[in-house]
Amino acid sequence: MTTSAILTIVEMTLHEAARRRILLASLVCGCAFLLLFGIGQHFVLADIEHQGAKGMLRRGFILNFFTLAGLYSVNFLTVMSAVLLPVDTLSGEIASGVLQTVASKPIARRDIVLGKWLAYVLVVGSYLMLLAGGVLLEARLLADFQLPGVGRGLALMFLESIVLVTLSISGGTRLSTVTNGVVAFGLYGLAFIGSWVEQVGGFTGNVGARDVGTVASLIMPSESLWQLAAHHMQPPVMSQLNLTPFSPLSVPSIAMVYWAVGYIVVLLLVALRGFSKRPL
Amino acid sequence: MSSYLLETHGLRKRFGDKLAVADLSLALRPGEVFGFLGPNGAGKTTSLKMILGLLEPSGGHGLLLGKPLGDQGARAKVGFLPEHFRFPDWLTGRELLHFHGRLYGLGGSLLRERSEALLARVDLLDAAHRPLKGYSKGMLQRAGLAAALLNEPQLVFLDEPTSGLDPLGRLLVRDLIRDLRAQGTSVFLNSHLLGEVEATCDRVVFVKQGRVVHEHVLGAHEAHRDVRIRAHGMSDALCVTLASLGEGFVRDGDRASLRVDGDSRLPQIAAAIVNSGAALFELDAAPASLEQLFLAVMGTEQRPG
Ligand SMILES: Nc1ncnc2c1ncn2[C@@H]1O[C@H](COP(=O)(O)OP(=O)(O)OP(=O)(O)O)[C@@H](O)[C@H]1O
Ligand SMILES: [Mg+2]
Repeated sequence: MTTSAILTIVEMTLHEAARRRILLASLVCGCAFLLLFGIGQHFVLADIEHQGAKGMLRRGFILNFFTLAGLYSVNFLTVMSAVLLPVDTLSGEIASGVLQTVASKPIARRDIVLGKWLAYVLVVGSYLMLLAGGVLLEARLLADFQLPGVGRGLALMFLESIVLVTLSISGGTRLSTVTNGVVAFGLYGLAFIGSWVEQVGGFTGNVGARDVGTVASLIMPSESLWQLAAHHMQPPVMSQLNLTPFSPLSVPSIAMVYWAVGYIVVLLLVALRGFSKRPL
Repeated sequence: MSSYLLETHGLRKRFGDKLAVADLSLALRPGEVFGFLGPNGAGKTTSLKMILGLLEPSGGHGLLLGKPLGDQGARAKVGFLPEHFRFPDWLTGRELLHFHGRLYGLGGSLLRERSEALLARVDLLDAAHRPLKGYSKGMLQRAGLAAALLNEPQLVFLDEPTSGLDPLGRLLVRDLIRDLRAQGTSVFLNSHLLGEVEATCDRVVFVKQGRVVHEHVLGAHEAHRDVRIRAHGMSDALCVTLASLGEGFVRDGDRASLRVDGDSRLPQIAAAIVNSGAALFELDAAPASLEQLFLAVMGTEQRPG
């Protein structure tokens, strides 16, 4: 009964997501981005050829950096969708009264939240795989370049998107749609700035700045997960040289992954709890 | 095991410092069509939401189909049409029923057959393939009504099911409620349309600020009459006598009204007036209407809010 109830909610939510303009908009943005990335790649390649092949190593570095930059954009687009797509799925349906009819059925409130969560994890995960797959495919086809550590990297990016989907859904059980969006992006921004503060602190040896960054990444592990993902998707020599913004001095520890998983679990519990007594 | 489909004891709901439902105690027998009446803001919708587990009561308790309020299992045999029925409007009427059916755990040909039968019953078969976006308010309400009956419930809660319906639609709902009763399904009806309530309900309660203030069994009082009097020179003693002949006696100058339990009271009233020396100009008796009773119970000083 429970699984079939969850599946019904999943299907309903997917159905709903598919109908919404916002998903279409995300897909259009994604495609435009892939097109742009392809064109950019073309020019980068032309540049490399023009300067002459000063060794395969240099070519590899440039392409690696460029592909990572592409994935960084994918990361950003995914973060946006992870927050915006589910931001009103609960609060909107609470406000419109749709959930009155759903919650008066023989279905546990828990299953409503889990179904919606699962649906958006699927949607956002597919979006990520589509865009990241596009970037990797373009690198492969146009430049015959293959990024290292893709499996781990994408898994970490997926984990990051789940963190944000969960945050957005969890907020929706207690906050209005707009407040929820503001809070979710606020936290993301915090992690983003925190990670830069940490990088700067790393360069200048400022311990206080590094601590600020660490605290920010504990409050919201999204940016650290990206950095960890980027770390895995470059050859060790590149990350050790700290040549690019994607190879920072201090790489987040693997403990961040456990932290993020725990973070998701706690947010989900908060969501289930918040929704279980929510007046509808 | 209780013999009631629904019972509540001292149910209470507070929103901040606003007491929406003060102390609701009622019981519903199997097969009964039950009217839940009261002015705007009396707490009818709030009570319903507590019964269905959509709102947590601030106090009191109750049983729905023998299970504590909010129990998931009990809801399998309950139908509900909310006051403002809303659903994602890109679904067609038919898809709406299919989704609702699946939430009830139904599926396959059983769900399809029931959906078609109900679409026909609420007169939406022609519109069933169109998205709800293009439905009028009344059509949406009828779609919601069909959705509330998909699980062949033992008890259906209808929160103002006819508020958006045209006279034909109201007739349809009235017939539907009668059919439900004939099948042994109980109905819990919130409505402001007292004529409709009178035509369908077995029993009504009047609520005021979330408290049952009066209970009335319909049909049991067919003989009751609302009496209107116009007489000059009515003495206080006469008023006392008249008040003792019925209930709800009200006097305003030369006019007075009361409710009596049968025609046999009329000659008594006439005699009392004439014998007191007052001049009787008019004595009129009409079958007691729920509306009169509502006004008498609620009092005209009761303002919404
Ligand atoms: N979520 C809420 N927050 C604060 N007050 C509320 C809330 N819901 C209802 N109320 C208040 O509780 C009281 C009862 O409202 P309710 O909707 O139950 O009335 P009702 O009897 O259904 O009225 P109507 O006949 O107009 O539908 C009203 O005074 C209303 O303002
Ligand atoms: Mg109401």
